[in-house]
Amino acid sequence: MSIVEFKKVTKRFGQVTILDQVDLSIEPGEKVVLIGPSGSGKSTLLRCINALEEINGGDLVVDGISVKAGGRMVRLIRQEAGMVFQQFNLFPQMTALENVAFGPRRVRGESHQDARKQALEMLGKVGLADRAHHYPSELSGGQQQRVAIARALAVKPKLMLFDEPTSALDPELRHEVLRVMQALAEEGMTMIVVTHEMAFARKVGTRLIFMEGGKIAVDGEPRELLANPQNPRLKEFLQHVV
Amino acid sequence: MDFEWSVIWQALPELLKGARLTVLIALAGLAGGLLIGFAAGLARAYGNAVLNAIAFAYVEIIRGTPIIVQVMFIYFALPILANVRIYPLAAAIMAIIVNAGAYIAEIVRGSFLSVHRGLREAGLALGLPLWKVLLYIIGPLAFRRMIPALGNQFIVSLKDTSLFIVIGVGELTRQGQEIMAANFRAVEIWSAVAMFYLIMTGALTLILRMTEKRMRIL
Repeated sequence: MSIVEFKKVTKRFGQVTILDQVDLSIEPGEKVVLIGPSGSGKSTLLRCINALEEINGGDLVVDGISVKAGGRMVRLIRQEAGMVFQQFNLFPQMTALENVAFGPRRVRGESHQDARKQALEMLGKVGLADRAHHYPSELSGGQQQRVAIARALAVKPKLMLFDEPTSALDPELRHEVLRVMQALAEEGMTMIVVTHEMAFARKVGTRLIFMEGGKIAVDGEPRELLANPQNPRLKEFLQHVV
Repeated sequence: MDFEWSVIWQALPELLKGARLTVLIALAGLAGGLLIGFAAGLARAYGNAVLNAIAFAYVEIIRGTPIIVQVMFIYFALPILANVRIYPLAAAIMAIIVNAGAYIAEIVRGSFLSVHRGLREAGLALGLPLWKVLLYIIGPLAFRRMIPALGNQFIVSLKDTSLFIVIGVGELTRQGQEIMAANFRAVEIWSAVAMFYLIMTGALTLILRMTEKRMRIL
Protein backbone atom coordinates (compact mmCIF):
# COMPACT_ATOMS: atom_id res chain seq x y z
CA MET A 1 0.00 0.00 0.00
CA SER A 2 1.24 3.48 -0.81
CA ILE A 3 2.30 5.55 2.16
CA VAL A 4 1.30 8.76 0.41
CA GLU A 5 -1.42 8.95 -2.20
CA PHE A 6 -2.53 12.15 -3.94
CA LYS A 7 -5.85 11.77 -5.77
CA LYS A 8 -6.58 14.72 -8.02
CA VAL A 9 -5.40 17.11 -5.30
CA THR A 10 -6.07 20.78 -5.92
CA LYS A 11 -4.75 23.60 -3.76
CA ARG A 12 -5.58 27.26 -4.29
CA PHE A 13 -4.47 30.42 -2.54
CA GLY A 14 -7.33 32.80 -3.33
CA GLN A 15 -7.62 32.90 -7.10
CA VAL A 16 -4.23 31.31 -7.73
CA THR A 17 -4.10 27.57 -8.30
CA ILE A 18 -0.92 26.16 -6.74
CA LEU A 19 -1.61 22.44 -7.20
CA ASP A 20 -3.72 21.46 -10.17
CA GLN A 21 -5.34 18.00 -9.85
CA VAL A 22 -2.15 16.27 -8.81
CA ASP A 23 -2.05 12.46 -8.83
CA LEU A 24 0.92 10.85 -7.11
CA SER A 25 1.65 7.63 -5.22
CA ILE A 26 4.68 7.16 -3.04
CA GLU A 27 5.65 3.72 -1.74
CA PRO A 28 7.40 2.99 1.55
CA GLY A 29 11.19 3.20 1.20
CA GLU A 30 11.19 5.60 -1.72
CA LYS A 31 13.48 8.65 -1.64
CA VAL A 32 11.61 11.20 -3.70
CA VAL A 33 13.38 14.38 -4.74
CA LEU A 34 11.06 17.24 -5.71
CA ILE A 35 12.46 19.96 -7.91
CA GLY A 36 11.03 22.78 -9.95
CA PRO A 37 11.12 26.54 -10.43
CA SER A 38 9.98 28.74 -7.56
CA GLY A 39 6.21 28.95 -7.44
CA SER A 40 5.79 25.58 -9.14
CA GLY A 41 4.05 24.16 -6.07
CA LYS A 42 6.73 21.80 -4.73
CA SER A 43 6.79 23.19 -1.19
CA THR A 44 3.01 23.37 -1.12
CA LEU A 45 2.78 19.76 -2.25
CA LEU A 46 5.06 18.77 0.62
CA ARG A 47 3.11 20.84 3.16
CA CYS A 48 -0.18 19.29 2.08
CA ILE A 49 1.12 15.87 3.09
CA ASN A 50 1.19 16.73 6.80
CA ALA A 51 -1.81 19.04 6.46
CA LEU A 52 0.07 22.26 7.19
CA GLU A 53 -1.78 23.36 4.07
CA GLU A 54 -5.41 22.41 3.62
CA ILE A 55 -6.33 20.96 0.25
CA ASN A 56 -9.24 22.44 -1.69
CA GLY A 57 -10.09 19.51 -3.93
CA GLY A 58 -9.47 15.80 -4.39
CA ASP A 59 -8.15 13.63 -1.58
CA LEU A 60 -4.79 12.93 -0.02
CA VAL A 61 -4.25 9.78 2.02
CA VAL A 62 -1.16 9.42 4.22
CA ASP A 63 -0.49 6.08 5.92
CA GLY A 64 -4.14 5.16 5.48
CA ILE A 65 -5.55 8.42 6.87
CA SER A 66 -7.10 11.19 4.80
CA VAL A 67 -5.79 14.69 5.51
CA LYS A 68 -9.42 15.76 5.45
CA ALA A 69 -10.28 13.59 8.47
CA GLY A 70 -9.53 16.56 10.74
CA GLY A 71 -8.38 17.08 14.34
CA ARG A 72 -7.04 13.97 16.00
CA MET A 73 -6.56 12.06 12.73
CA VAL A 74 -4.48 14.86 11.24
CA ARG A 75 -2.30 14.80 14.35
CA LEU A 76 -1.74 11.07 13.78
CA ILE A 77 -0.59 11.84 10.23
CA ARG A 78 1.81 14.45 11.57
CA GLN A 79 3.27 11.98 14.04
CA GLU A 80 4.00 9.62 11.16
CA ALA A 81 5.36 12.32 8.84
CA GLY A 82 8.26 14.20 10.40
CA MET A 83 9.09 17.57 8.88
CA VAL A 84 12.30 19.55 8.50
CA PHE A 85 11.97 23.22 7.57
CA GLN A 86 14.14 25.54 5.54
CA GLN A 87 14.46 27.89 8.53
CA PHE A 88 15.07 25.06 11.07
CA ASN A 89 12.39 26.48 13.41
CA LEU A 90 14.04 25.16 16.57
CA PHE A 91 12.39 26.28 19.80
CA PRO A 92 14.78 29.04 20.93
CA GLN A 93 14.01 28.79 24.66
CA MET A 94 15.05 25.13 24.76
CA THR A 95 18.48 23.51 24.53
CA ALA A 96 19.23 21.09 21.69
CA LEU A 97 18.42 18.23 24.03
CA GLU A 98 15.13 19.76 25.14
CA ASN A 99 14.18 20.43 21.53
CA VAL A 100 14.69 16.80 20.62
CA ALA A 101 13.11 15.44 23.82
CA PHE A 102 10.06 17.63 23.26
CA GLY A 103 8.35 15.28 20.78
CA PRO A 104 8.72 12.07 22.80
CA ARG A 105 7.67 13.91 25.96
CA ARG A 106 4.72 15.99 24.74
CA VAL A 107 3.57 14.06 21.68
CA ARG A 108 4.25 10.45 22.62
CA GLY A 109 3.68 11.13 26.31
CA GLU A 110 6.82 9.42 27.52
CA SER A 111 8.44 10.04 30.89
CA HIS A 112 10.91 12.87 31.25
CA GLN A 113 13.76 10.39 31.62
CA ASP A 114 12.88 8.17 28.67
CA ALA A 115 12.43 11.25 26.49
CA ARG A 116 15.87 12.53 27.47
CA LYS A 117 17.48 9.20 26.81
CA GLN A 118 15.97 8.98 23.36
CA ALA A 119 16.89 12.57 22.64
CA LEU A 120 20.53 11.94 23.49
CA GLU A 121 20.49 8.92 21.24
CA MET A 122 19.04 10.95 18.37
CA LEU A 123 21.55 13.75 18.88
CA GLY A 124 24.29 11.14 18.76
CA LYS A 125 22.89 9.92 15.49
CA VAL A 126 23.20 13.37 13.90
CA GLY A 127 26.65 13.78 15.43
CA LEU A 128 25.74 16.38 18.04
CA ALA A 129 25.80 14.55 21.36
CA ASP A 130 28.42 17.01 22.56
CA ARG A 131 26.14 19.98 21.81
CA ALA A 132 23.17 18.68 23.79
CA HIS A 133 23.13 21.54 26.26
CA HIS A 134 23.63 24.35 23.79
CA TYR A 135 20.79 26.68 22.85
CA PRO A 136 19.93 27.04 19.15
CA SER A 137 21.45 30.54 19.11
CA GLU A 138 24.76 28.99 20.15
CA LEU A 139 24.81 26.56 17.23
CA SER A 140 25.78 27.02 13.58
CA GLY A 141 23.10 26.77 10.91
CA GLY A 142 24.21 23.29 9.94
CA GLN A 143 24.13 22.14 13.54
CA GLN A 144 20.70 23.68 14.05
CA GLN A 145 19.35 21.85 11.03
CA ARG A 146 20.80 18.57 12.30
CA VAL A 147 19.10 19.16 15.67
CA ALA A 148 15.88 19.82 13.75
CA ILE A 149 16.26 16.49 11.94
CA ALA A 150 16.84 14.75 15.29
CA ARG A 151 13.76 16.48 16.71
CA ALA A 152 11.60 15.16 13.88
CA LEU A 153 13.09 11.65 14.10
CA ALA A 154 12.53 11.46 17.86
CA VAL A 155 8.79 11.17 17.30
CA LYS A 156 9.58 7.96 15.34
CA PRO A 157 7.92 8.85 12.05
CA LYS A 158 7.52 6.45 9.13
CA LEU A 159 8.18 9.17 6.62
CA MET A 160 10.30 12.30 6.54
CA LEU A 161 9.48 15.52 4.70
CA PHE A 162 12.31 17.95 3.96
CA ASP A 163 11.40 21.45 2.78
CA GLU A 164 14.57 22.89 1.23
CA PRO A 165 16.65 21.78 4.22
CA THR A 166 19.92 23.28 2.98
CA SER A 167 18.72 26.45 1.26
CA ALA A 168 19.31 28.69 4.28
CA LEU A 169 22.83 27.34 4.85
CA ASP A 170 26.21 28.50 3.66
CA PRO A 171 27.66 26.10 1.06
CA GLU A 172 30.31 24.77 3.43
CA LEU A 173 27.66 23.83 6.02
CA ARG A 174 25.37 22.02 3.60
CA HIS A 175 27.32 18.80 3.34
CA GLU A 176 26.98 17.99 7.06
CA VAL A 177 23.20 18.13 6.75
CA LEU A 178 23.18 16.20 3.48
CA ARG A 179 25.38 13.53 5.04
CA VAL A 180 22.89 13.02 7.86
CA MET A 181 20.08 12.80 5.31
CA GLN A 182 22.00 10.27 3.27
CA ALA A 183 22.63 8.11 6.33
CA LEU A 184 18.92 8.25 7.07
CA ALA A 185 18.13 7.18 3.51
CA GLU A 186 20.54 4.26 3.82
CA GLU A 187 18.63 3.08 6.91
CA GLY A 188 15.58 2.75 4.68
CA MET A 189 13.58 5.81 5.74
CA THR A 190 10.93 6.98 3.29
CA MET A 191 11.88 10.52 2.33
CA ILE A 192 10.36 13.31 0.29
CA VAL A 193 12.83 16.12 -0.25
CA VAL A 194 12.29 19.51 -1.85
CA THR A 195 15.76 20.68 -2.82
CA HIS A 196 18.06 22.25 -5.36
CA GLU A 197 20.90 19.83 -4.51
CA MET A 198 21.21 17.86 -7.73
CA ALA A 199 24.19 15.86 -6.46
CA PHE A 200 22.01 14.65 -3.59
CA ALA A 201 19.20 13.78 -5.99
CA ARG A 202 21.60 11.75 -8.10
CA LYS A 203 23.29 9.98 -5.20
CA VAL A 204 20.42 9.37 -2.78
CA GLY A 205 17.20 9.80 -4.71
CA THR A 206 15.30 6.84 -6.09
CA ARG A 207 12.80 9.03 -7.86
CA LEU A 208 12.91 12.55 -9.26
CA ILE A 209 9.81 14.68 -9.73
CA PHE A 210 9.95 17.92 -11.68
CA MET A 211 7.02 20.23 -11.03
CA GLU A 212 5.85 23.08 -13.14
CA GLY A 213 2.75 25.26 -12.89
CA GLY A 214 1.15 23.15 -10.17
CA LYS A 215 1.50 19.89 -12.11
CA ILE A 216 3.96 17.04 -12.12
CA ALA A 217 5.76 17.53 -15.42
CA VAL A 218 8.37 14.77 -15.17
CA ASP A 219 8.56 11.74 -12.87
CA GLY A 220 11.33 9.18 -13.18
CA GLU A 221 14.70 7.78 -12.27
CA PRO A 222 17.03 10.58 -11.08
CA ARG A 223 20.32 9.53 -12.66
CA GLU A 224 18.68 9.02 -16.03
CA LEU A 225 16.70 12.25 -15.95
CA LEU A 226 19.63 14.35 -14.81
CA ALA A 227 22.02 12.86 -17.35
CA ASN A 228 19.65 13.07 -20.26
CA PRO A 229 16.58 15.25 -19.68
CA GLN A 230 14.03 14.90 -22.47
CA ASN A 231 11.55 17.49 -21.23
CA PRO A 232 12.69 20.90 -22.58
CA ARG A 233 11.57 22.76 -19.43
CA LEU A 234 13.46 20.37 -17.19
CA LYS A 235 16.49 20.76 -19.44
CA GLU A 236 16.32 24.52 -19.13
CA PHE A 237 15.75 24.35 -15.37
CA LEU A 238 18.77 22.11 -14.86
CA GLN A 239 20.96 24.50 -16.82
CA HIS A 240 20.04 27.22 -14.34
CA VAL A 241 20.55 25.30 -11.10
CA VAL A 242 23.64 23.27 -11.81
CA MET B 1 4.15 78.64 54.07
CA ASP B 2 5.47 76.04 56.50
CA PHE B 3 5.63 72.40 55.59
CA GLU B 4 4.34 70.67 58.72
CA TRP B 5 5.82 67.19 58.91
CA SER B 6 3.68 66.44 61.95
CA VAL B 7 0.56 66.65 59.75
CA ILE B 8 1.87 63.77 57.68
CA TRP B 9 2.79 61.76 60.79
CA GLN B 10 -0.72 62.16 62.11
CA ALA B 11 -2.29 61.23 58.78
CA LEU B 12 -0.02 58.24 58.27
CA PRO B 13 -2.24 55.52 59.78
CA GLU B 14 -5.22 56.58 57.67
CA LEU B 15 -3.14 56.92 54.54
CA LEU B 16 -1.63 53.47 55.12
CA LYS B 17 -5.10 52.04 55.43
CA GLY B 18 -5.99 53.65 52.13
CA ALA B 19 -2.80 52.40 50.49
CA ARG B 20 -3.58 48.89 51.64
CA LEU B 21 -6.97 49.07 49.99
CA THR B 22 -5.41 50.49 46.83
CA VAL B 23 -2.99 47.56 46.69
CA LEU B 24 -5.81 45.09 47.32
CA ILE B 25 -7.98 46.51 44.53
CA ALA B 26 -5.06 46.62 42.13
CA LEU B 27 -3.86 43.09 42.91
CA ALA B 28 -7.30 41.48 42.76
CA GLY B 29 -8.19 43.53 39.68
CA LEU B 30 -5.01 42.72 37.83
CA ALA B 31 -5.17 39.01 38.68
CA GLY B 32 -8.68 38.89 37.23
CA GLY B 33 -7.66 41.19 34.39
CA LEU B 34 -4.84 38.84 33.45
CA LEU B 35 -7.23 35.89 33.32
CA ILE B 36 -9.77 37.72 31.19
CA GLY B 37 -7.05 39.35 29.14
CA PHE B 38 -5.42 36.03 28.27
CA ALA B 39 -8.79 34.49 27.42
CA ALA B 40 -9.87 37.42 25.25
CA GLY B 41 -6.43 37.88 23.66
CA LEU B 42 -6.15 34.21 22.70
CA ALA B 43 -9.72 34.24 21.42
CA ARG B 44 -8.79 37.20 19.22
CA ALA B 45 -5.61 35.55 17.97
CA TYR B 46 -6.70 31.93 17.55
CA GLY B 47 -10.44 31.68 18.22
CA ASN B 48 -13.13 30.85 15.69
CA ALA B 49 -15.29 33.62 14.23
CA VAL B 50 -17.74 33.68 17.14
CA LEU B 51 -15.14 33.82 19.93
CA ASN B 52 -13.17 36.35 17.95
CA ALA B 53 -16.22 38.60 17.50
CA ILE B 54 -17.13 38.43 21.19
CA ALA B 55 -13.59 39.27 22.27
CA PHE B 56 -13.38 42.06 19.71
CA ALA B 57 -16.64 43.64 20.91
CA TYR B 58 -15.48 43.43 24.52
CA VAL B 59 -12.13 45.06 23.82
CA GLU B 60 -13.64 47.83 21.70
CA ILE B 61 -16.42 48.66 24.18
CA ILE B 62 -14.05 48.84 27.14
CA ARG B 63 -11.26 50.68 25.35
CA GLY B 64 -13.77 53.09 23.90
CA THR B 65 -15.31 54.22 27.20
CA PRO B 66 -13.71 55.94 30.21
CA ILE B 67 -13.03 53.77 33.24
CA ILE B 68 -14.97 56.21 35.41
CA VAL B 69 -18.08 55.60 33.30
CA GLN B 70 -17.46 51.86 33.59
CA VAL B 71 -17.31 51.93 37.39
CA MET B 72 -20.37 54.19 37.58
CA PHE B 73 -22.19 51.72 35.37
CA ILE B 74 -21.16 48.76 37.51
CA TYR B 75 -21.99 50.49 40.77
CA PHE B 76 -25.18 52.38 39.89
CA ALA B 77 -26.64 50.86 36.72
CA LEU B 78 -25.88 47.16 37.16
CA PRO B 79 -27.83 46.86 40.45
CA ILE B 80 -30.91 48.25 38.67
CA LEU B 81 -30.48 46.05 35.60
CA ALA B 82 -29.64 42.82 37.41
CA ASN B 83 -31.40 43.51 40.69
CA VAL B 84 -28.34 42.80 42.82
CA ARG B 85 -26.57 44.72 45.52
CA ILE B 86 -22.99 45.62 44.66
CA TYR B 87 -20.58 46.84 47.30
CA PRO B 88 -18.26 49.70 46.41
CA LEU B 89 -15.15 47.55 46.87
CA ALA B 90 -16.57 44.82 44.63
CA ALA B 91 -17.49 47.40 42.02
CA ALA B 92 -13.98 48.82 42.14
CA ILE B 93 -12.34 45.42 41.70
CA MET B 94 -14.74 44.50 38.90
CA ALA B 95 -14.00 47.76 37.12
CA ILE B 96 -10.24 47.10 37.18
CA ILE B 97 -10.74 43.50 36.03
CA VAL B 98 -12.93 44.49 33.11
CA ASN B 99 -10.86 47.52 32.17
CA ALA B 100 -7.38 46.01 32.49
CA GLY B 101 -8.62 42.81 30.83
CA ALA B 102 -9.38 44.65 27.60
CA TYR B 103 -5.95 46.25 27.37
CA ILE B 104 -4.18 43.07 28.45
CA ALA B 105 -6.10 41.19 25.73
CA GLU B 106 -4.43 43.35 23.11
CA ILE B 107 -1.02 42.90 24.74
CA VAL B 108 -1.49 39.11 24.78
CA ARG B 109 -2.74 38.99 21.19
CA GLY B 110 0.13 41.12 19.93
CA SER B 111 2.85 39.20 21.71
CA PHE B 112 1.55 35.75 20.74
CA LEU B 113 1.22 36.81 17.10
CA SER B 114 4.70 38.34 17.14
CA VAL B 115 6.28 34.93 17.68
CA HIS B 116 7.63 33.62 14.37
CA ARG B 117 4.94 31.49 12.72
CA GLY B 118 7.48 28.82 11.81
CA LEU B 119 7.62 27.81 15.47
CA ARG B 120 3.90 27.22 15.51
CA GLU B 121 4.20 25.12 12.36
CA ALA B 122 7.11 23.18 13.85
CA GLY B 123 5.02 22.39 16.92
CA LEU B 124 1.98 21.39 14.88
CA ALA B 125 4.14 19.32 12.54
CA LEU B 126 5.24 17.19 15.50
CA GLY B 127 1.60 16.21 15.94
CA LEU B 128 0.63 18.42 18.86
CA PRO B 129 -2.81 20.02 19.23
CA LEU B 130 -2.76 23.81 18.94
CA TRP B 131 -3.38 24.39 22.64
CA LYS B 132 -0.25 22.45 23.55
CA VAL B 133 1.77 24.36 20.96
CA LEU B 134 0.56 27.60 22.56
CA LEU B 135 1.18 26.36 26.10
CA TYR B 136 4.63 24.85 25.69
CA ILE B 137 6.18 26.68 22.74
CA ILE B 138 4.57 30.01 21.85
CA GLY B 139 3.39 30.96 25.34
CA PRO B 140 6.78 31.01 27.06
CA LEU B 141 8.24 33.11 24.22
CA ALA B 142 5.26 35.46 24.08
CA PHE B 143 5.28 35.92 27.84
CA ARG B 144 8.79 37.36 27.76
CA ARG B 145 7.74 39.89 25.15
CA MET B 146 4.68 40.85 27.16
CA ILE B 147 6.48 41.95 30.29
CA PRO B 148 7.25 45.58 29.36
CA ALA B 149 3.72 46.21 28.10
CA LEU B 150 2.15 44.40 31.05
CA GLY B 151 4.24 46.55 33.38
CA ASN B 152 2.78 49.64 31.77
CA GLN B 153 -0.74 48.33 32.23
CA PHE B 154 -0.13 47.35 35.86
CA ILE B 155 1.03 50.87 36.65
CA VAL B 156 -1.89 52.47 34.82
CA SER B 157 -4.39 50.21 36.58
CA LEU B 158 -2.84 50.86 39.98
CA LYS B 159 -3.24 54.57 39.48
CA ASP B 160 -6.73 54.16 38.03
CA THR B 161 -7.87 52.93 41.43
CA SER B 162 -7.73 56.58 42.53
CA LEU B 163 -10.82 57.20 40.38
CA PHE B 164 -12.90 55.03 42.69
CA ILE B 165 -13.08 58.02 44.98
CA VAL B 166 -16.33 58.67 43.09
CA ILE B 167 -18.06 55.61 44.52
CA GLY B 168 -16.73 56.13 48.01
CA VAL B 169 -14.14 53.36 48.22
CA GLY B 170 -11.73 54.31 51.01
CA GLU B 171 -8.61 53.86 48.91
CA LEU B 172 -5.54 56.07 49.12
CA THR B 173 -6.83 59.11 47.24
CA ARG B 174 -10.14 59.06 49.07
CA GLN B 175 -8.35 58.88 52.43
CA GLY B 176 -6.19 61.81 51.43
CA GLN B 177 -9.25 63.78 50.36
CA GLU B 178 -11.01 63.11 53.68
CA ILE B 179 -8.02 64.07 55.81
CA MET B 180 -7.53 67.19 53.75
CA ALA B 181 -11.16 68.17 54.18
CA ALA B 182 -10.70 68.01 57.94
CA ASN B 183 -7.36 69.82 58.36
CA PHE B 184 -6.99 71.82 55.12
CA ARG B 185 -3.28 70.87 54.83
CA ALA B 186 -3.40 70.35 51.08
CA VAL B 187 0.36 70.62 50.46
CA GLU B 188 1.37 68.06 53.07
CA ILE B 189 -1.42 65.58 52.41
CA TRP B 190 -1.25 65.54 48.60
CA SER B 191 2.55 65.35 48.75
CA ALA B 192 2.26 62.35 51.03
CA VAL B 193 -0.39 60.73 48.82
CA ALA B 194 1.78 61.25 45.75
CA MET B 195 4.75 59.69 47.55
CA PHE B 196 2.68 56.65 48.43
CA TYR B 197 1.75 56.13 44.78
CA LEU B 198 5.37 56.56 43.74
CA ILE B 199 6.50 53.96 46.25
CA MET B 200 3.90 51.49 44.99
CA THR B 201 4.61 52.04 41.30
CA GLY B 202 8.34 52.05 42.04
CA ALA B 203 8.08 48.67 43.72
CA LEU B 204 6.12 47.36 40.74
CA THR B 205 8.74 48.64 38.31
CA LEU B 206 11.47 46.98 40.32
CA ILE B 207 9.70 43.62 40.35
CA LEU B 208 9.16 43.81 36.59
CA ARG B 209 12.79 44.77 36.00
CA MET B 210 13.95 41.79 37.97
CA THR B 211 11.60 39.41 36.16
CA GLU B 212 12.76 40.76 32.83
CA LYS B 213 16.40 40.38 33.76
CA ARG B 214 15.94 36.75 34.65
CA MET B 215 14.38 35.99 31.27
CA ARG B 216 16.07 36.55 27.97
CA ILE B 217 13.76 37.89 25.30
CA LEU B 218 14.10 35.48 22.41
